[in-house]
Amino acid sequence: MGVLFSYFKSLLGAREMRILILGLDGAGKTTILYRLQVGEVVTTIPTIGFNVEQVQYKNLNFQVWDLGGQTSIRPYWRCYYSNTDAIIYVVDSADKERMGISKDELFHMLREEELGDAILVVLANKQDIPGCMSLKEVHQALGLEALKNRTFQIFKTSATKGEGLDMAMEWLANALKNKK
Amino acid sequence: MSSFKRDKKEEEDGGGNPFQNIEKTTVLQEARVFNDTTVNPRKCTHILTKLLYLLNQGEQLGTKEATDAFFAMTKLFQSRDVILRRMVYLGIKELSSIADDVIIVTSSLTKDMTGKEDLYRAAAIRALCSITDATMLQTIERYMKQAIVDRNSAVSSAALVSSLHLTKLAPEVVKRWVNEAQEAVNSDNIMVQYHALGLLYHIRKTDRLAVTKLVAKLTRISLKSPYAVCMLIRIAAKLLDEEDTGADSPLADFIESCLRHKSEMVVYEAAHAIVNLRRTTSRELAPAISVLQLFCGSPKPTLRFAAVRTLNQVAISHPAAVTACNLDLENLITDSNRSIATLAITTLLKTGAESSVDRLMKQIATFVSEISDEFKVVVVQAIRALALKFPRKHSVLMNFLSAMLRDEGGLEYKASIADTIITIIEDNPEAKEAGLAHLCEFIEDCEHTSLAVRILHLLGKEGPRTKQPSRCIRFIYNRVILENPTVRAAAVSAMAQFGATCPDLLENIQVLLARCQMDSDDEVRDRATYYSSILGQQDKGLYNNYILETLQVSIPALERSLKDYALNPGDSPFDMKSVPIAVIPTREEAEDKHKADGMIISSGPPKPPTVSREESFAEKLGHLPGVADLGPLFKSSEVVELTESETEYFVRCIKHCFTNHVVLQFDCLNTLSDQLLEDVRVQLDPSEGYTVLREIACPKLPYNETGSAYVVLQFPENDLPNSVGTFGAVLKFIVKDCDPNTGLPDTDEGYDDEYMLEDLEITLGDQIQKINKVNWGAAWDEAVATCVEMEDTYSLSSMSTLEEAVKNIVQFLGLQPAERTDKVPEGKTTHTLLLAGMFRGGIDILVRAKLALADGVTMQLTVRSTDGDVAELITSTVG
Repeated sequence: MGVLFSYFKSLLGAREMRILILGLDGAGKTTILYRLQVGEVVTTIPTIGFNVEQVQYKNLNFQVWDLGGQTSIRPYWRCYYSNTDAIIYVVDSADKERMGISKDELFHMLREEELGDAILVVLANKQDIPGCMSLKEVHQALGLEALKNRTFQIFKTSATKGEGLDMAMEWLANALKNKK
Repeated sequence: MSSFKRDKKEEEDGGGNPFQNIEKTTVLQEARVFNDTTVNPRKCTHILTKLLYLLNQGEQLGTKEATDAFFAMTKLFQSRDVILRRMVYLGIKELSSIADDVIIVTSSLTKDMTGKEDLYRAAAIRALCSITDATMLQTIERYMKQAIVDRNSAVSSAALVSSLHLTKLAPEVVKRWVNEAQEAVNSDNIMVQYHALGLLYHIRKTDRLAVTKLVAKLTRISLKSPYAVCMLIRIAAKLLDEEDTGADSPLADFIESCLRHKSEMVVYEAAHAIVNLRRTTSRELAPAISVLQLFCGSPKPTLRFAAVRTLNQVAISHPAAVTACNLDLENLITDSNRSIATLAITTLLKTGAESSVDRLMKQIATFVSEISDEFKVVVVQAIRALALKFPRKHSVLMNFLSAMLRDEGGLEYKASIADTIITIIEDNPEAKEAGLAHLCEFIEDCEHTSLAVRILHLLGKEGPRTKQPSRCIRFIYNRVILENPTVRAAAVSAMAQFGATCPDLLENIQVLLARCQMDSDDEVRDRATYYSSILGQQDKGLYNNYILETLQVSIPALERSLKDYALNPGDSPFDMKSVPIAVIPTREEAEDKHKADGMIISSGPPKPPTVSREESFAEKLGHLPGVADLGPLFKSSEVVELTESETEYFVRCIKHCFTNHVVLQFDCLNTLSDQLLEDVRVQLDPSEGYTVLREIACPKLPYNETGSAYVVLQFPENDLPNSVGTFGAVLKFIVKDCDPNTGLPDTDEGYDDEYMLEDLEITLGDQIQKINKVNWGAAWDEAVATCVEMEDTYSLSSMSTLEEAVKNIVQFLGLQPAERTDKVPEGKTTHTLLLAGMFRGGIDILVRAKLALADGVTMQLTVRSTDGDVAELITSTVG
């Protein structure tokens, strides 16, 4: 019975993957969420709280939580950590000044026990803005080389132009499949 | 299936409530399911229902519990189940005031309120407005504005009503939405129009001009929504009551025109507004009353109830108009709805003729046991009014009341019956014996201590003067045997009154008091011993001073004086005369208390006794230099206005009388926004004999503030006739021009200015405090030995009735009428007015005024006072 049930379940695309999109305010999290969901650029306002949407990508169902990045909202991130399969961490590549804060928030978050198994995707967003930091520079500035024992990858994206997101999702989908 | 069976079983058990046995901790435990990755909507909806049920049953959640539950609930936003989402909105609203950090759902709710799913939008607006705060409101302002003018009426209504609630939180922000609200008033939807008008009025209600404009505009176009029209009628009626415009105002026309509206609700609202307007003339009243009359015959019980209730409320203010409906009201007394029948009968009782009283009372008796206490009180109040109107009907009414007393009922109901009986006894001497007998019977079986104590006090006062005082004593002594200590103590005091007043009963009373001295309670024993030893002295004077007359001083003041004395005991014994005398409430104040009665709306809990005016003044004056040495404050006069109320400087005066001094308190109000007044003082031109001891200026008087300046004067020494006098008064001050906005003076230099005030009089009444003599006759007889008597005859040619004369004499002398002689029986041409009081310095005054009505009123005035000069002063000033 149980075998049969799980067989059906896998046919239906298995259970939904739970993904959190995190990052500082103004990094482009909400734009990425709706780019993934409806494939368009929507006008957004600063997120006070969160947005949650179902996203389908290549037969996989994702339940994507976009949490607000303002200083006052960040403490509430941890309320949404449990059962998370993957984290999409968005960085504004043009915001050089706050790269340090972004790094601190990232490592602070990764220390949480609940996120121990979560796959990490870092998106160096806003690559369309002239004079922004390159992928390598972002990698360095975030100190990603220090990450051990975690499946992670960094991608350069431009959410408004829709560049790089496909590649990142492709990688994430594969990583999640392999994880099981 | 199995659950169905279970439900059925529960039904058989008689407990149909599936939520009966749920517990807070279990439900909060279950709520953790919300955190699961996949949400089971049915299960979660059920758990949320249980949580909401608990909250609505009054279960209290701690902040931590609520916050945990709230954050768990936010996870449910991932589900797209419509029912679950709507439950989440309800949950958010319930928890928004308890949980922390509720703003976390702002974005999600904003999305729902602007989204495509119509089922979400209105509810999301309501939830959003419950979690938002003043700073957050700025970010959602744009969406609120859009929602107000949304085409979907539910969304628009939700936004309007939520905005109304938000005015408490951020009135300034909501004020900016006035254009949107204006647009919504033009909506075709009746609810949207009503809510929009509500919001518009709320935003503008502090601005009279804006409200007037709004009403003027809306009364011209015809609003589609009957609710909005009702609201407009209320606003218009409020404006009419505040304004001084006459009946020809367009607002009055509007309300009148609403009497012909097609909606019954609007017609009723208009009629209700017209009969309740303060300045309604009979011409305007007639159409409104005929509308109510029509409604009395409506097949709809709600309309009948509304109409008869309104008629009942205005029966006293417009008796003639209500009488016109008597026939219709008669039809309603057998109405199957008890509330309608009760109101109909009590209305008829208020307006009916004497001949119909018996019949109506019989009718009401058939169902009085079936109506609630609240309505019974309405009946009792109607009977009270009736008894005062038709004194001859007292026996019917009294019997009815006593029957009601025997029925079951709460304290409020019983107290109102007892009050009514007491009022009837006081008003109508013929009813006294019967009334006292009923009360005697009532205390045999009265479960309310406070009521029993009151009645015992009354029996002590009135019982001794009945034909057979001994009958009452049996009832009173029964209380000593059967009741709790409070009632026993009251009974002992009541018995002592009999002993003091009826010499032939004294011996028996002494025996009873001796028995009471064995009581187990201290207070009862103390009282019994006290009364027993005074009665043992056989001295009329002692009886009068220590049994019959109660303490005249103000109890809180006595307590304070004794405390002071105990802290700093001097060589001299405590002087009772130094304690201020309790102020007797004037008739108007006492009547005001009753005015609120007669409506079904029950007033709140009784207010705690406030400190008397004298005491609060004494405290304030005590801080002024030099005033503390003047001794205790004897009396403070009523407020006298020394300017017209609309002038530049508004000055009022209160005269505080001390034993040998008078302190004049001038309360000044500066109504000029561009002036700052400094060193404000009043210069007096005192009449002969008075000396000004001290002037205390008010240092600073900014715009729209009241400050007080004082003048301390000494009464003429050994020259009583001159203590009554008229003073000229001038207000003197330094003016500094200032900026009306900031109130800061332009320059440091001001200029002297003055302002003429009206003349100020120190009258005889200012120097006399009222004293309530329960047994005036005994005091008068006793006074022969100790007092000086003066007598004179006057012709009061300006008075045309005895009532008028009595009123004027009482007011002029400032004395307290005793033994209810201020009421002149109807149809009499002679009357004797008995008065008592105390002149400053503790000099007793008793006055007897024999009045006879001929051409004008002739008065023979006899004054007995311990001081001859005072007596002479009174007789000489009356002329």
